[in-house]
Amino acid sequence: MFENLSHLALQQYWFVIVSLLGALLVFLMFVQGGQTFIFSIGKTKTQRTIIVNTLGRKWEFTFTTLVTFGGAFFASFPLFYATSFGGAYWVWMLILFAFVIQAVSYEYRSKASNFLGQKTFDVFLFTNGLVGTVLIGTAVATFFSGSQFSLNEMNSVTWETNTRGLEAALNPFNLSLGLTVFFLSRVLGLLYFMNTIEHDEIIERTKKQLFINAVPFVVFFLVFVIWLMLRDGYAVDPETGIVSLEPFKYWHNLTEMPLVFVMLLTGVLGVLGGIAWSLLKTTSNGIWFSGVGTVLVVLSFFFLAGFNNTAFYPSSYDLQSSLTIQNSSSSKFTLVTMSYVSLAVPFILAYIAYAWRSINNKKIDETEVTAGEDTHIY
Amino acid sequence: MIESIDTSLIDWSRAQFALTAMFHWIFVPLTLGLSFIIAFMETIYVRTGNEEWKRITRFWMKIFGINFAIGVSTGIILEFEFGTNWSNYSWFVGDIFGAPLAIEGIMAFFMESTFIAVMFFGWNKVSKRFHLASTWLTAIGANLSAVWILVANAWMQNPVGTMFNPETARNEMTNFWDVFLSDMAVNKFLHTITSSFLLASLVVIGISAYFLLRNKHVLFAKRSTVVGSVFGVIAALVTIFTGDTSARMVAQKQPMKFAAMEALYEGQTHAPLVVIGAMRTDTTRIPNPRENFIFKFEIPNALSYMVFLTPSGFVPGITDLVYGNEEQGIMPYSEKIDRGAEAIATLKDLKKAKDRGDQARYASLMAKFDNNEWMGEHYAHFGYGYYKNRPLKELIPNVKLNFYSFHIMVILGMHFLILTVIALYLSLKNKWGNHKWLLWVALLTIPLPWVASQAGWVLAEVGRQPWVVYELMPTISAVTRLSPGAVQLTFWIFLATFTTLFIAEIKIMTTQIKKGPEEK
Ligand code: HDD
Ligand code: HEM
Ligand code: HEM
Repeated sequence: MFENLSHLALQQYWFVIVSLLGALLVFLMFVQGGQTFIFSIGKTKTQRTIIVNTLGRKWEFTFTTLVTFGGAFFASFPLFYATSFGGAYWVWMLILFAFVIQAVSYEYRSKASNFLGQKTFDVFLFTNGLVGTVLIGTAVATFFSGSQFSLNEMNSVTWETNTRGLEAALNPFNLSLGLTVFFLSRVLGLLYFMNTIEHDEIIERTKKQLFINAVPFVVFFLVFVIWLMLRDGYAVDPETGIVSLEPFKYWHNLTEMPLVFVMLLTGVLGVLGGIAWSLLKTTSNGIWFSGVGTVLVVLSFFFLAGFNNTAFYPSSYDLQSSLTIQNSSSSKFTLVTMSYVSLAVPFILAYIAYAWRSINNKKIDETEVTAGEDTHIY
Repeated sequence: MIESIDTSLIDWSRAQFALTAMFHWIFVPLTLGLSFIIAFMETIYVRTGNEEWKRITRFWMKIFGINFAIGVSTGIILEFEFGTNWSNYSWFVGDIFGAPLAIEGIMAFFMESTFIAVMFFGWNKVSKRFHLASTWLTAIGANLSAVWILVANAWMQNPVGTMFNPETARNEMTNFWDVFLSDMAVNKFLHTITSSFLLASLVVIGISAYFLLRNKHVLFAKRSTVVGSVFGVIAALVTIFTGDTSARMVAQKQPMKFAAMEALYEGQTHAPLVVIGAMRTDTTRIPNPRENFIFKFEIPNALSYMVFLTPSGFVPGITDLVYGNEEQGIMPYSEKIDRGAEAIATLKDLKKAKDRGDQARYASLMAKFDNNEWMGEHYAHFGYGYYKNRPLKELIPNVKLNFYSFHIMVILGMHFLILTVIALYLSLKNKWGNHKWLLWVALLTIPLPWVASQAGWVLAEVGRQPWVVYELMPTISAVTRLSPGAVQLTFWIFLATFTTLFIAEIKIMTTQIKKGPEEK
């Protein structure tokens, strides 16, 4: 069935899938956001353990989504993978380290003779939450602001700065998205606590923190969106493939793709609605509204970056080296093959939902993490 | 452009990849094997309802968890590194290589990470049956992760099912099944998986021997040994069988690797097999020093027999491969280099013609790439073209390293078979534990399967040098152009991180093992 689609349709299909993985990743970064509260909400050792175990049952999903996001990008848009990873070396290495220290920390923090001590592993988790979210946010922002690279005739990348991507992490526009993602993941982490933890003290502090973090989130989000709408964008001439700067390009994309506009607005309402509802009433369901909202918002950002004749990984150094979904993709054959594999995705989502429900059917309280014996404690 | 690449950049990039891959591979084979052993144990528990089996399952599950976490931590590094350090490679092969990696994420990693949560946290939350199913699915997921990455690795060793697209200057997949089910891929998977089962079995037997030596948790230890040795014997047999097939496959597809692992310089019929030997470098043969045996013990005719199933088969040596052997129809490297260089030059001309808009020239060059004969005669040697004006010895992998890796692996393989057979036999007669020295042997054997397993990868990967994609893409053109200092810095950071994590892991493991299974 996929054989009958055009190469372009397949490229678009895969851009949607990659965007969806990216959007799910941002939602699942509630784990990272939650990790930044280990010390501020967890005042006692038991409280910290409750928080870590609450998140610990989900960290694998976030991690695996990140891995699959990378893998899917590699398979469908290998030139992006090669250009960005090989070019912005230091940013990706930092992101990598932030995740390397995460996986072991859960498993090792409360094990006997763990060498570094519980505190160190908790600091690792905190660091992962801070560095991981901000840098992933800034890396995605380069989809709009561009990077300084060029490609030669064999398509191999030359990065034009010695800081290899670090310069992008410090650019204020990129940083505004980085901080948006950081505060968003914190907000989502708090909403997840309200969803799963049964502990009066923790919930009380969570509610307080929710307001404190929602405000900077909204501020940074507005800064980013307004800036994005006003800035020049990287337009591609569909006939010649020539890339040029177009004023208000992303605003044009938004108005020329009304569906994306609607998606963005719905998403924003979802995120804010979930927060407001949780602030005003004690509910454990805020995470679902804000979560779905997050997915919609991130999806619409990816669509703004890649569709409507836009270069999704632009080079500000050499416009013609910019990557579009057409010039950076895999061959038609590979995309067709992969598309068959993508049919498994709904099935995977279904078993994830089933397993999630069976683990989350009871809230986590003190007895859960102190009783020991019959469960695995982080 | 290639000429200008600093060799220290390549060396550091290789060192970094080797470091991270080998570190990943410390934990992976244990979790691959242990996951099935646990599933098997839990099945016994569910079938018999005997709480003792639950304690056994939970003890090994804890060991599994400790290793799994660090396996995951280190796996993501490798995936990123393809992009960060081998970006030219990522583009050149992304069309084939990316697909297995993505499928692995979609099909295997999600399965593993979803059900591992149920396995760890679901004991009193889900039904016994669902729990057991989750344990099995975790094991299947873990082993599925291995399938895809090994398919990718096998393709690099033996690129099939693809065609070069001059327009994009890369290889593109033409037949998924050829890639997925190539002999190399199937064999690699079987050998790697079964050797990992063997490793896990030896760990189970070894740790149980420790308990028996201290006369603690005796019932637990004996039962674990039974499961471990049943697994072990089967795994050892299949490992040796598939290893033998691997060697034959290497002889066919990668004669240079084969010559290096046997340290065979002059090809011959009735070639003997060196069972044990020690080497030193003979530097008198300037400019081409070679490895010489100080002593060796060989079986006459065995090598020819192994490869061709007849003693009169001609096994080419390193010299034949480099300088050619007309009688046997082997083309010298100098010829391959010229033909490869022509293919590269043609590709460059094609690009230029396209940029100039010279349609006629473009069409005439394009016709070459559509011509099967030209492709077979020239493009097939594409990678050699990069070695124009470079010393020929760069095309020979490290002979000593290959020879020792291979022989250590094989000798250890025999040792493991004997040990597991004895453990199984005595366990079934309920006499395992009567001979202290055997328990000591089992205990001291624990690190050896890691030695064999790492040696296997060293052979597979170092023997493949200087190619990343066999005969098509050399390592020198795969590397990302970074400053060598940057790669050095990340190398040392990785080394420091790994050392720290490794100490933590070993301390936690030994503490958990000393604690033993939960008391009733
Ligand atoms: C699918 C691909 C793949 C897989 C499954 C592995 N490797 Fe590999 N390996 C590579 C792909 C690769 C590579 C990217 O292609 C490298 C980097 C440079 C090179 O020449 O090959 C490499 C190099 C490389 C080297 C350095 C060789 C040299 O430069 O002389 C070693 C020692 C290993 N690997 C070891 C391993 C181990 C222990 C693995 C088991 C987990 C492993 N590799 C799996
Ligand atoms: C260079 C090649 C490799 C890459 C890029 C790679 C990548 C990865 C990644 C990203 C993970 C983490 C997955 C998660 O989020 O759960 C992982 C874990 C894992 N990998 Fe690898 N891997 C490589 C080599 C191998 C090989 C050769 C095998 C087996 C034959 C293997 C088997 C596993 C398994 C079983 C896990 C789960 C963790 C564990 O059981 O310890 N990997 N790998
Ligand atoms: C005793 C007989 C054995 C033989 C004849 C044998 C043979 C081989 C050969 C020829 C290769 C290279 C394949 C290639 O380059 O593509 C290989 C690789 C390997 N071996 Fe063995 N081996 C044996 C035992 C073992 C044992 C006992 C272990 C570990 C416990 C082991 C683990 C590995 C691994 C992990 C690899 C790399 C994966 C691969 O390339 O298949 N082998 N083996």
